[in-house]
Amino acid sequence: MNGTSPALMLRNVKKSYPRAEALKGIELALPKGEIWGLLGPNGSGKSTLLKCIVGLVKPDAGEIEIDGNPRSRCTKGQIAFVPEMDTLYRWMTVGQTLAFTSAFYQDWDQRRVAGLLEFMGLDAGQKIRSLSKGMRARLKLVLALARKAPLLLLDEPFSGIDPASRERIVEGIVREFKSDEQTMVISTHAVGDTEQLFDAVVFLDEGTISLQGYAEDLRREYGKSINDLFKEVFA
Amino acid sequence: MRIDFHPSQPIYLQIMDEFRRQIATGLLKPGDKIPSQRDLAATIKVNANTVQRAYREMETLGLVETLRGQGTFICQGRGIVEETRNDMLTNLVDDFVRAMQALGLNEETTLDVVKKRFSAMQTTEEVKPK
Repeated sequence: MNGTSPALMLRNVKKSYPRAEALKGIELALPKGEIWGLLGPNGSGKSTLLKCIVGLVKPDAGEIEIDGNPRSRCTKGQIAFVPEMDTLYRWMTVGQTLAFTSAFYQDWDQRRVAGLLEFMGLDAGQKIRSLSKGMRARLKLVLALARKAPLLLLDEPFSGIDPASRERIVEGIVREFKSDEQTMVISTHAVGDTEQLFDAVVFLDEGTISLQGYAEDLRREYGKSINDLFKEVFA
Repeated sequence: MRIDFHPSQPIYLQIMDEFRRQIATGLLKPGDKIPSQRDLAATIKVNANTVQRAYREMETLGLVETLRGQGTFICQGRGIVEETRNDMLTNLVDDFVRAMQALGLNEETTLDVVKKRFSAMQTTEEVKPK
């Protein structure tokens, strides 16, 4: 690991789909050890941006560096990505899902799994089919946090889930995030009560960054919560 | 510890204010151990870097000290309780005086109103802490 290079660096990243320009030249540098909120309404380009970073979408132009190295197959192992889409197999149990997922990753830390499950109120014997959306969201977070990946990307981890699960997930992130070795990006279209999680936020508006900064600085500068600023910008 | 945040103000300042309040009211005494940064972050569900910033500022101000391997403690001696109480008192009164001035009241009228309210509240009911 290179101590001085940013955890993630984007230069002029562009991506167009046949009907829309999803990203119009994104510039961003994330220092290590911070949690960044990627905020914007649906269709603002959040998911496309995260997918470009992971490598699921190929940008039309621009550069992406992970810890100082150009994004490639080699940097893939450094990223844990939690997609918004539910990719869990319904016929598996929680335990089978964990075993299945662990086989893909060398940085899987089995010692953390039991504690994470307990904290999230999950049981290895439960069938995925029987879990609520909130419980599945909790499990998805467990799958990401069980890895020791230096860069964690969570796409809409709070969308459409019950308040209790939302709170558990926020607390789980605060508890488990290792600021001496990890960096995290969380996308959301509803800031609500999750703003205390973020060191810094980026407002993404139709493929461009309309506002970015450290959350505490923005609160001081505007005298407003991030949630209120968000509502104002995207009203 | 529970904190009702107003997210329109920097959160680390509100964490510091809560510790000040607890020191001023005697809930925390010099020498008392306060939660580790990680535990407090988890309890109040706030980013650990934010909590770290609050602790660092409190150390700079001489409110708390961190002993290697032992934890963080409220500083001993140097009249820290009194100092914190005075700070809080000054801030509260300043806010009040400014509000009175905004309403167009001078010193004399303000003091008069304060006296009247004191006796009114004492006769109707005990002055209850919030």
